Amino acid sequence: MPPELQTSTPQPEAAQHRGESKPRWTERLHGLGPVIGLVLLCIAGTLLNGDFATVDNAMNVLTRTAFIGIIAVGMCFVIISGGIDLSVGSMAALIAGSVIMFINWAGPASGSPLLAVVMGAVLAVVLGALFGLAHGLLITKGRIEPFIVTLGTLGIFRAYLTYFADGGALTLDNELSDLYAPVYYASLAGIPVPVWVFVVVAIVGGVILNRTAYGRYVQAIGSNEQVARYAAVDVDRVKILTYVLLGVCVGIATLLYVPRLGSASPTTGLLWELEAIAAVIVGGTALKGGAGSITGTVVGAVLLSVISNILNLTSIISVYLNAAVQGFVIIIVAFLQRGRR
Amino acid sequence: MTTFTRRIALTAVAAAAFASLPALAAEKVNLGVSIPAATHSFMGGINYWANQAKKDLEKEHKDLKITIKTAANAPEQANQLQDLSTVTKINALVVFPFESAALTKPVAQVKAKGAYVTVVDRGLTDTSAQDAYVAGDNTAFGKIPAEYIVKQLGGKGSVVALRGIATTLDNERMDAFNAVLKGSPDIKLLDAKYANWNRDDAFKVTQDYLTRFKQIDAIWAADDDMAVGVLKAIEQAKRDDIRIIFGGAGAKGMVKTIMDGKDKRIGADVSYSPKFIYDAIKLTAEARLKGEKLPATTIIPSVLITKENAKDFYHPNSPF
Repeated sequence: MPPELQTSTPQPEAAQHRGESKPRWTERLHGLGPVIGLVLLCIAGTLLNGDFATVDNAMNVLTRTAFIGIIAVGMCFVIISGGIDLSVGSMAALIAGSVIMFINWAGPASGSPLLAVVMGAVLAVVLGALFGLAHGLLITKGRIEPFIVTLGTLGIFRAYLTYFADGGALTLDNELSDLYAPVYYASLAGIPVPVWVFVVVAIVGGVILNRTAYGRYVQAIGSNEQVARYAAVDVDRVKILTYVLLGVCVGIATLLYVPRLGSASPTTGLLWELEAIAAVIVGGTALKGGAGSITGTVVGAVLLSVISNILNLTSIISVYLNAAVQGFVIIIVAFLQRGRR
Repeated sequence: MTTFTRRIALTAVAAAAFASLPALAAEKVNLGVSIPAATHSFMGGINYWANQAKKDLEKEHKDLKITIKTAANAPEQANQLQDLSTVTKINALVVFPFESAALTKPVAQVKAKGAYVTVVDRGLTDTSAQDAYVAGDNTAFGKIPAEYIVKQLGGKGSVVALRGIATTLDNERMDAFNAVLKGSPDIKLLDAKYANWNRDDAFKVTQDYLTRFKQIDAIWAADDDMAVGVLKAIEQAKRDDIRIIFGGAGAKGMVKTIMDGKDKRIGADVSYSPKFIYDAIKLTAEARLKGEKLPATTIIPSVLITKENAKDFYHPNSPF
């Protein structure tokens, strides 16, 4: 990954002179908060159970982080631009359901199961982009608060999935499911496919955020929308694109998710929005927008799933307190990276 | 949209019935059904069977009218109970409460207005707010799998369990399971963690169990939805030490697997069918049409489903 994914100079004029003023060492330390938290957690995990530090376990954790992680990369853009999206979990569920219904229909209809699966995967990304576009248009052209728009679609998406599934589960036909399974279960050079995709999405996200004019506009808008407007930034277009980007990320996450269980039910993607937002914020992005980092987001996402992994691998704490442990760790990590506001 | 129009229509019907036929109103049964929305497969089944009961019973009895309301959470359910009572003017109610404590008062108010109240599945904290109680057997839900696992393992082996969501119902099941295992000191329960009656969480928890324990003889998935996640995690880890996977509730996919003998690890299940809402509506409606009362408590027994009796539990049209 590029070394400078951490951005601490959100103003547009400052962004154009990147590198002139070095961040103070205290800021650098704060930026390392999530990393320190993750390292400490990993040490604790290894001490509690030797199996924690095995390659298999690491791959399990990274693979299951991939969904939330990929969504969190998109969420990072939306939050940096000063927006929010509460609907991603429901969106993922609806996309998963739609893709399953489509593949089940297209398999026999097209006569080529492979083509059906490939088209289903493409459909996931297209649907994500369309949902994102709808969000973006409602928020910018419709001038509705992002919180309200996405709170609305949070309910709409999940209700439609529940309706399509008749309250039960939508399941991929067996033969098609076997064909699709490698997308989640196969490995490339010993590393599972979803982890590769996660890495690629994170790198692309980092490059867009830090190395393109668009990335700087996103940060500028989140920092001060009025100033950005005066600086002739097409604020609406940039904002719409952040939601489309997030939608595409949800689509990618979903196309990896579907082959895992081969089914979508009304509990699919439940509370993913909060996990994705938590990953972004724990990773050091300001909830009010303006500044943020993809590296931090990735670390934040991994950190969240490591906590529950460690809790599952031990039984020193009552199961009733698992959620509390998660809460404590999130607050402690946020404390470690405080200060830049 | 449709609920809105339906509600207007119902209000109109109720108002018309009340205005024009005051003498007959007492003999007719206007039954309200209040259930949680279909947020997971089991509740999908509850919704399916409630609607099935409406269809069957209204066809059979001319003097019966059934109104079904689904709620997404406890406060919404409380509001709907109020509506059913004041707007729809029900004289009998079958309610599947979201939570026991929060809905006790709203149900008591419906009863105070003269409706006959049957509570399903989750008992109220104050039982004087209900006339009858119909429920599945949560003790048997935990006891039957434990007995089956003990027997199949020959009284010796390692077991892990999944739990649902921290509720009294889940505790009852777990306690019953533990009580049976106490009698077999050579069966070790390695751990029991919450997976929220959710396939994805069950997948993750099982992955971690498999990392942590090198030898597992049986997994009590405690729910057929969670069993789906368990199976995928085992498949991925390519583990062949697990001899028994026991779900719970009798989802159609699981019952089909048992019926066809497709997976030798899945030899049995325990019934806890959402069909009990159908039974509760039928019992209440028919008793009220005759002006009779139900017994204070009716327990719909949970039984062991095996290859022999699986076809009695297979309902291919139900979403569950």
